This record gives sequence, structure tokens and C-alpha cells, in this order.
Amino acid sequence: MQPFKSLDAVACPLPLSNVDTDQLIPARFMKRSRADGYGSFLLHDLRFDETGAEMSNSPLNDPERQGARILVTRRNFGCGSSREAAVYALVDYGIACVIAPSFGDIFSSNAVNNGLLPAIVSEENCEALLNVLRDGALTATVDLGALTIWSANLILSFTVDPVWRTKLLNGWDDIDLTQSYTSVIANFAKVDRERRPWMQPSERPDSQ
Amino acid sequence: MYTPNRKHVTLFDKVFDAHVIVEREDGQCLLWIDRHFLHEGSFHAFNKLKERSAEVARPDLTFGIEDHYVPTRTRDLGRIDPAIRGMIEQLRGNSQRHGVRRFGLDDPAQGIVHVVGPEQGLTLPGLTIVCGDSHTATHGAFGAIAFGIGASEVAHVLMTQTLWQKKPKRMRISVDGELTPGVSAKDLALSTIARIGTGGAVGHAIEYAGSTIRSLSMEGRLTLCNLSIEAGGRFGMIAPDETTIEYLRNRPFAPKGEAFERGAQYWLALASDADAVFDHEITLNAAEIAPVVTWGITPEDASPITARVPDPAQIPDPARAAQVRDALDYMDIKPGQSLTDIRIDRVFIGSCTNSRIEDIRAAAAILVGRKAKVPGLVSPGSMLVKKQAEDEGLDRIILEAGLEWVDPGCSMCVGMNGDLVPPGERCASTTNRNFRGRQGPGSRTHLMSPAMVAAAAITGHLTDMRLLMREPVPARD
Repeated sequence: MQPFKSLDAVACPLPLSNVDTDQLIPARFMKRSRADGYGSFLLHDLRFDETGAEMSNSPLNDPERQGARILVTRRNFGCGSSREAAVYALVDYGIACVIAPSFGDIFSSNAVNNGLLPAIVSEENCEALLNVLRDGALTATVDLGALTIWSANLILSFTVDPVWRTKLLNGWDDIDLTQSYTSVIANFAKVDRERRPWMQPSERPDSQ
Repeated sequence: MYTPNRKHVTLFDKVFDAHVIVEREDGQCLLWIDRHFLHEGSFHAFNKLKERSAEVARPDLTFGIEDHYVPTRTRDLGRIDPAIRGMIEQLRGNSQRHGVRRFGLDDPAQGIVHVVGPEQGLTLPGLTIVCGDSHTATHGAFGAIAFGIGASEVAHVLMTQTLWQKKPKRMRISVDGELTPGVSAKDLALSTIARIGTGGAVGHAIEYAGSTIRSLSMEGRLTLCNLSIEAGGRFGMIAPDETTIEYLRNRPFAPKGEAFERGAQYWLALASDADAVFDHEITLNAAEIAPVVTWGITPEDASPITARVPDPAQIPDPARAAQVRDALDYMDIKPGQSLTDIRIDRVFIGSCTNSRIEDIRAAAAILVGRKAKVPGLVSPGSMLVKKQAEDEGLDRIILEAGLEWVDPGCSMCVGMNGDLVPPGERCASTTNRNFRGRQGPGSRTHLMSPAMVAAAAITGHLTDMRLLMREPVPARD
């Protein structure tokens, strides 16, 4: 995974609350292979009408916001399903940081596993940032080391779980870390089996 | 590590602590995972395994279930959309390659993962259970730590049978008193979400407690825990008790004989200590809960059926007023109108929330001897639920009412298999999410209990099922 240190990019305002994962990527697109890219499905039904034409009132379709890598939105972003495809859609579109007052728990953890920063700001600061973007500011700078966001004349602090911050700053992948504990895990499993013999499923798995 | 002599410990902590393999200074814990359920959407994770040429660490603790994309009107894959067939075939190929037990369409126990797990005794108290599905907290009804994970985490569990987690905060939702006739676990869940909001339990593990919860059947408890994520909670749990133990005895994959008794002893000791401390406490009075419906586009947009649609002009908080205005606009309903004046176009009874035998019985009790005014689909949660319902004659009641009785799957809850609500139509649904377009592009969803959906089917509009209540349908031997 690419480390995330800081980002200076076009920021797109999405002044909506509760943008759920069904909005981020409708379920009907999830049969596609990731290799084909999920970016065109991001917020599909808020961006395109029934005929597939772009809706001009959708923030992501604003010509000035093309190439946005930062999304600024309201509370409870990414609530709903565990579909990591919601994060794939954001990442494949080019978004590397979402700024909001709160996020769905599963979404945040999926985001971090894909190098996408879920930056938490206060409700008040979120509105201030949405306002400067609405008033014409095009870009924002997000510094994960300093936990700071700049846009126009605004300077805000944000939070992210310290564990996730370290992981993002270093671009760590959990699996490599876990594999360094292989023998500890094996030992746990052995002791646990004696401690909780009832845990093992009682039917033999008959592989099909 | 779990030490039985500690005091003030919650149910969540007891189960969590017993699974900690490594605890880092920053609070990250490497957790042992006891059960891992896969479905057709798990192909992303298997692709990650392939990239690393990795194997499934514990196929004996991993189970594949065909539910998210399966057809409900035919079991013949030759007759369905090739893209959907491809999803099912990928799960079959991956399960076979890695020696994972699969509950496929030809299996007499096939069904929705959160129905099959408990039914088969794969779900047990005191376990850690994960699945790439946000409604995995359903299994918490047994006193398990069960939670939804994304594809990267699915791959991690496949490769290591572990997951890194930081302990969440603990929230207790206590409900006391008796639910009034006709009021179900679904009404209790929606009332709770309306009270605390869709983000109310973010960052928290919920424990449901109190006399009302203890008197719920396992089916009711499953419905309640299922909806934890709709309040933002990744985990929802209920302490194991005699109801739990009795449900599990003689289930196919549950321990047998001496091992079961040893398990039962362990499980009953998992209840939160009397003086356990929670970060957040919510209390509800069961007697005050009425049948509930949603009118908006998030599950918190829920009100008792006797109420009126809220008027954004009367809501002091401008942000909330804007949300309500937006919701009513999408749903095409008017501020201040009676909820019972909202006409519907179709109904759906099914999903991991409400497709168990009690749910089918509750719907049939309203439908018996009546005709539905609108079309609708009833999809039991598993082949075993289907068979039991048919043995009880419930399928005939449903068919005679004019609704379709189909095979199990996630179906119209999420529409992945092609069971969709057409654009602009309004569906009374026993499912879990009324998100914009969830049941199909442009669809409008009203969430409610199975009996409330049945009542809406009969009248063609949202209806207080208590007005249509009769004696329960007697079971046929």
C-alpha cells in the first residue's frame, strides 16, 4: 500500500448526511471485476440519470471539480453495508481522503485498508470547510503528520484513530504484520482447543 | 486473556478477552476468529489470496453460503443472468479449491447466511464470528462477538484465521416490561434506532439487556441484533440463557453430549457481571412501543404507525429539517399526512432480518382467509424454514392471499439477484435498509415487521396490524 503523508488536491463538496454505501456504489455494479475499475460507479445514481446522462447539479460533475482527490461531506458517511466496493469506487475515481464529522465503522476500516484517509472534523469545521468550497476555493491540503487541513484562509485540525494514522503514514498492510506472529497464533490455537473443545464444529467438513 | 476472577466485566469483554492472541501497546489486538462465513461477494478476497498464492488457513472453520445472488424463482442456473451465475460459480470454484464446506442451491440446508448459521448450530455463544456482510451482528443474539468485515479483512481471516481489532466502547440498551400484543422485535429495533439515530452506536458494541429482551425468542433476538448496524453498531449481543441453550441442543454442527454440557456451562457464565460498567446506557420501556414504520430514507426515519409524517417546518434543527425534506421528496410523501394514508405498490417478506419461521407465522396470521390488494414476494430465510412453513400449511395461506412463495436468498432486500422493486414504486418490506434505491433504482422502501407488511398487503396502504389481528394460526401436525 502507498503511504499517505500529505495531499494537496482539488476538493469536492458533497453537502449530504448519511451517504450510505448503497449510494457510494449501487449493488448492481458489484458483479464487475475490480481490474476493470470501479471509479465510474462512484455515487452513480446521484451522478447519472436513468438515461445515463450526467446530472449537472451533481457536485462530482462540476467541471471545476474534475480530478478531485478530496471529498468533503456531512455526518455518518459510509453507513450501511460492509461492501469494500464502496471504497474501491472512491479510490478508483481518485479520492484519497474523505473529510466528514463521522463515518460508518466498517467503511472507515475498509478505507484504511485501501490507503484512503477518513478524516474526522467537528460539525462546525465541516460546515466552515463546505462554505469555503462553495464560495470558490478549489483545493485543500491535508497533512496526516500534522493532522491539519488547509483551504483558502481556513486552517482546521482533524482526528483519525492513532493506530490507523500510523498504518496510513507507513502504508502498512496488516497481513505482513500478522504473518510475523505465525507461531504465536499456532500456539494460541492449540491451547484454545483444549480450553474450548466445544468450539470446533461437530460435523466433519465434507469438501465438495 | 480472559480470567474468570475479574470483576465488573461485560459480556463483550469476556468474549473479546478470550480471543486476544496479541495485544499491542496502542490497543490493537490480534483476535482469534472461530467462524468465518463466505458468500458470493467474497470473490474479491479470494482474488487477494490468489495474488499471494496463499491457502485458506482453517477451512474447517470456514463456510461458504450461496445467498446474496441466488435466484428465488428457479434453482436452475442455466436460466439466469450469466453475470449472476458467474458470481455463484466463483464461490463454488473457490470453496472447492480450498476445501471449504459450502451450502449450495442443491443443499437442503441452504438459506441466508444469518439464518443458516444459527439453524445449523454453527453459531454458538462465546464465539468470534465474521462475514463480509454488515448484518453479521445477527449472530450476537447467541452471545457471540459477530461482526461485518470488508474484503481486505475477509482475505486476512482466510489467510490467518485472525483479525486486528481495537476494543470498541460498550453500550447497553436495556428494555424492560412487556411488549403489547402485535408488537415485535422489529418494532423494538426500529424504535431504538429512531431514538439514538443511525450513527448512535458508532464506535460501540451494543449489549441488549432487560426483561423484555430475556423474554424474546431466539428468532426475535436475531432480528434485534441484526439491526444493530442500522444504529451504527458493528456489534450487537445478548447474554446466553436457557432459551439460547435449548435452541442449540441437537443442532447439526453444535457440540454433542459431554462437550455440549461443558459448553453450556461456559456460555451461561458469559453474562455481564451485575456491576459491569458501560460507556453509554440507553433505557426503553417496552409498554410504550407501538408497531413502527419508516417513512424516509434511513432507518432512523421511523415512527409509530399511529403518527403523522413529520413536517420539516416544525423541526428546530435546520440540518435535520433539511434531511427530512430531502427524504420526503424522494419518498414522494407529504409533511403531516397520516402514515396510514400512504398507499403501497407491493410487499416483500424476507431477508436476514425477518425470514424465520416466527416471521412467516406472524405474516400468515394476518393473511389467513384474506386477499392481498398488491403483489408481493415471500422468501423464507432457508430451505429448512421453507419446509417447516409448508409443513404448517403457511405457504397455502400466503399463496391463497395472492402473494408469491419462493425459495430462500437475500432477494428483494438488496436486489442483487434481480428481484427488484421497479422505479417509483413503493414497497412495504420486512428488510433492514430503506436507503434510496436499495431495492432497485428509484425504488421507495417502508420498513416494518412481517405482520405489518401482511396488513399493508391486505389493505394496499400502511396499516396498523393490530386492527387486523386474529388468533394465531394453529400449527398443523
